[in-house]
Amino acid sequence: MKTLLDTHQLNITLQRLAHQLIENHLDFSASAIIGLQPRGIWFSNRIAQIVKEITSENIPYGKLDITFYRDDVHTGDILVPSHTDINFSIEDRRVILIDDVLHTGRTIRAAMDALIDFGRPRNVELMVLIDRHYSRELPIQPDYVGQTVDTIITQKVKVNWKENDGIDEVVLID
Amino acid sequence: MSLSVKHLLGIKELNTQDIETIFRTADNFKQVLQRPIKKVPTLRDTTIADIFFENSTRTRISFELAEKRLSADTINFSSSGSSVSKGETLIDTVNNILAMKVDMVVMRHSASGAPWFLAKHINASIINAGDGTNEHPTHALLDAYSMSEKLGDLKGKRIAIIGDIMHSRVALSNIFCLKKLGAEVTVAGPPTLIPKHIESLGVTVQYDVKKALQWCDVANILRIQLERQHKPLFSTLREYALFYGINKSILEGLQKDILIMHPGPINRGVELNSDVADSKQSIILDQVENGVAIRMAVIYLLSGKADVVE
Repeated sequence: MKTLLDTHQLNITLQRLAHQLIENHLDFSASAIIGLQPRGIWFSNRIAQIVKEITSENIPYGKLDITFYRDDVHTGDILVPSHTDINFSIEDRRVILIDDVLHTGRTIRAAMDALIDFGRPRNVELMVLIDRHYSRELPIQPDYVGQTVDTIITQKVKVNWKENDGIDEVVLID
Repeated sequence: MSLSVKHLLGIKELNTQDIETIFRTADNFKQVLQRPIKKVPTLRDTTIADIFFENSTRTRISFELAEKRLSADTINFSSSGSSVSKGETLIDTVNNILAMKVDMVVMRHSASGAPWFLAKHINASIINAGDGTNEHPTHALLDAYSMSEKLGDLKGKRIAIIGDIMHSRVALSNIFCLKKLGAEVTVAGPPTLIPKHIESLGVTVQYDVKKALQWCDVANILRIQLERQHKPLFSTLREYALFYGINKSILEGLQKDILIMHPGPINRGVELNSDVADSKQSIILDQVENGVAIRMAVIYLLSGKADVVE
């Protein structure tokens, strides 16, 4: 097991990503943050909180579950979905999709399909904490990246959060 | 994480965890049904046959809608006007349908136990949409789901099931489901319509409907099923309505608000008066709405097991 980001480094990365988001959007009145269930929401919670602290703006923040949009519904065990909670219209908004780890890109493909069933956003951006380089199976690239790592398929990237796992850190498991 | 069973034959075979998994999944589908685009692409690779050997309006429509909302392909089959009337057996009929690459079967049959029999002979997942006077599992699930939506956890809640218990598969499945969720259940109605030894299922029996209403948090009122009564079990419908029918003045005498449910179709003026059926206490239309979400959940959760060979 190798530590990719310890608590201190992770905190700096979170701050940087939040600032990049603010730099790009400036005004969040037509924006919305949407975190992907289940594990992306710990990351999106933090980003939403930091952006709010800096800008004092109330940005619409939702959580999206993509279980019903997966392309592998019948290749493994049937998954029990988590909650989707988007209580605002995404119509014509600049949506920032947030997930913790970008790997094959299939989750993001499903997320875009799920998102568009809620309305037609003006544009969609993608923020990920860890981008697993060279393992993409679909042509999907993130707009905001915490850290890019080179991994092989048998390795696993695990992002731990204080609220859920007791510690803030990102580890690579062989 | 998904269900412990391959088929949904009866509530009897589910465990409490299964019921909770179905409810949690139904929450998600209920949300899907409230969106502008009321469907998901999940089961676009699945074909489902709705095989109804007995009349049905709402169950059939509810299942069909659930399947369509999941993007499954559906075929409908009813026994009238089919080869069944030429003497084809149940297994032959179903196997012929399955030979056309159908993944799942939703079946209603007038013979109690028919889905269990079928499950022994075919490989596809089966959902029981009502078998004779035995079980109607999706109905019990949507009933319990609708109750918990209003009351929260059903543990210790008091549910009265009132009316024709004898011929009701909704009653039996409800009893199994509610007991598994920790509720207290009383059945009430005329002695001729309450099966002997029903106490062995852990319910109490009450012949005085007003006392049952006084006791309960929820009254699930059942339809008088004249079509299943081969000999008269009470003198007249008028007499039944007089002694066992529920009207506004009875409810007003209770000094508390109970929830009123009915599986439909209602015999208005017999087991339930219009002033109750259409009142604020009635959650009958919530039951119908939740029925689609519950059936979507059951179909989705069973869809992965189609290829599992036991």
